[in-house]
Amino acid sequence: MRTLIFLLRKEFLQIFRNKLILRIIFVMPIMQLILLPFAANYEMKNILLSIVDKDHSEYSRKLINEFTSTGYFKLTNVSSSYDKALKVIEDDKADLIIEIPQGFERDLIRDNQTKIMISANAINGQTSGLAVSYSNAIIRDFNNDVRTEWIQQPRLNPQPIVEITSSNWFNPKMNYKYFIVPGVLALLVTLVGFILTSLNIVKEKEAGTIEQLNVSPIKKYQFILGKLIPFWVLGMFVLSLGFAVSFIVYGIFPEGSFIIGYLFAGIYLIAILGFGLLTSTFAETQQQAMFIAYFFMMIFVLLGGLFAPIENMPDWAQYLTYVNPVRYLIEVMRMLVLKGSGFWDLRYYFLIVSAFALFFNGLAILNYRKTT
Amino acid sequence: MKAVVLENIVKTYTTKKSIIKAVDDVSFSVEEGEIFGLIGPDGSGKTSIFRILTTLLLADKGNARVLGYDVVKDWKVIRSIIGYMPGRFSLYQDLTVEENLEFFATIFNTTIQENYNLISDIYKQLEPFKTRRAGKLSGGMKQKLALSCALIHKPKILFLDEPTTGVDPVSRKEFWEMLKRLKAQGISIIVSTPYMDEAKLCDRIALMQNGKIMKIDLPQNIVNEFGKNLYAVHSENMFTLLNDLRAYPQTENCFAFGENHHLTMKEDDPNKLNDYLKSTGHNNFTISKIEPGIEDCFMQLMK
Repeated sequence: MRTLIFLLRKEFLQIFRNKLILRIIFVMPIMQLILLPFAANYEMKNILLSIVDKDHSEYSRKLINEFTSTGYFKLTNVSSSYDKALKVIEDDKADLIIEIPQGFERDLIRDNQTKIMISANAINGQTSGLAVSYSNAIIRDFNNDVRTEWIQQPRLNPQPIVEITSSNWFNPKMNYKYFIVPGVLALLVTLVGFILTSLNIVKEKEAGTIEQLNVSPIKKYQFILGKLIPFWVLGMFVLSLGFAVSFIVYGIFPEGSFIIGYLFAGIYLIAILGFGLLTSTFAETQQQAMFIAYFFMMIFVLLGGLFAPIENMPDWAQYLTYVNPVRYLIEVMRMLVLKGSGFWDLRYYFLIVSAFALFFNGLAILNYRKTT
Repeated sequence: MKAVVLENIVKTYTTKKSIIKAVDDVSFSVEEGEIFGLIGPDGSGKTSIFRILTTLLLADKGNARVLGYDVVKDWKVIRSIIGYMPGRFSLYQDLTVEENLEFFATIFNTTIQENYNLISDIYKQLEPFKTRRAGKLSGGMKQKLALSCALIHKPKILFLDEPTTGVDPVSRKEFWEMLKRLKAQGISIIVSTPYMDEAKLCDRIALMQNGKIMKIDLPQNIVNEFGKNLYAVHSENMFTLLNDLRAYPQTENCFAFGENHHLTMKEDDPNKLNDYLKSTGHNNFTISKIEPGIEDCFMQLMK
């Protein structure tokens, strides 16, 4: 016991002496939680719009007005021909072209129907998809306005109309920050637990100090606990810091209980620390460890459901996410923060991360040898 | 009881292209309370032997015992009775001198106070710097700290792998004096070094080359067994001298050795050599008979 306490003391001494790492541990969660949610904005604003108005009529002006008044579109260019407008897209000065053909108003009044063309720059598929669907909605509204203006509605609508109203549960205003912040927090906890642990042990290998420990009578479990506990504490610290930042900056206060959150993160950290430990048994240098860690972090992030929803992924990718521990933390964080899920709702998640914890640590202990 | 016994130890490292025999059927034993030196150039297998004896490496063949304990079966016991100082400085550079020492004392379940008398000699010199980080110490100081850390749990046997490599001559001399004092306290010491001049400071030495032991004896005996007269030859043009000496039909062995060339001859006649060198046009050359050193013996054995 005395040995373990001393190992821990030494580890903390080294952590606190490494001023740069210490600063990063403090600054990283704060900066990332403040910056990332603003940058990872799903709402489309300022879609650059180019108009080719060949009609110059009252209705065409009205339609353009509809677009610019929504706030989503920013009229940056008016061209006289479609080709010229296309050139503007090529120069990256517009995302979307709306071409209003000659006789737009005339056809609308005379034939009751007309056509316009929307062309979107699809280099960023997400942007163009959203821009087109926004435009559709705007044109539909415009359509309805025109109809109510012209037609006296009969008392009973000849055709039944189904009107859809939606309500967004757990995040009524669809504030994407509520969605992103718990996810970023989950990533931060993973980063600290995984990368710092693996680098720390490999550092001992590089410095040769691990040999000195190996020839000493210290036990394997003492060594491993001596490595895991400090980074577990750091991970929990980052979590607390993250909760504080999300409350102060975004006013996000978990709907569910903190105890469940900490309990889950605690088990999760044991799993991810075990993974870090496992990595360190393979890597001989910090460079190798860093690269392995990066490889997994990229996969963890991209298959974690933080940015791209898991439901949108192809089947094989969805299966992969089942073995991604980060996925579970992100989901639990969201369920806890937004939905207020309790222990019973999360029981399977608890089971899964416990299994991860056993698996990674078991493998790491098997693979860690005091002799070569 | 012998401090260390090795019997037919073999260790090979397999790489993709070749199999390297780092330790090739090595057997020797070390008496309790002696300073035993493993002398040999880099890559002669010294470190592998150390790692096998300190239970860090498993030998392919053969068995080894440290104070009667088997290195494979009784590794746990061995680890608590030995002190090991690896060739590379491997203490925590970001911890201070005192913290390092305290740390190593603790993981061996002891305290600095308990065994202070053992290290006091060495540690006294370090004490003014005890709040300095180990990484910021000079080379000699680092070695002293490493030795202190290896000694703090009062080991019965000390393994020092090239403790003086890269250390200035004054510190080296001090270091060896410390070893003598430790020996006086009854600690057996096995030390490796690539420096031949340190060999005569050991009680017994083993000369190693390519994983094999060429000779084990007292340093004086090894020198006595040289069996030939050794000459130091010097002239104005040392490079042509070496070539000329090697071309001389009576030359058995000739090596550049500091500012002289060391030479042994088949037919031991310095006068004939004198004539030969005159005939090859060397001026102001000197031929003097000298006492062979360990290095000369090593060169002779290597042939």
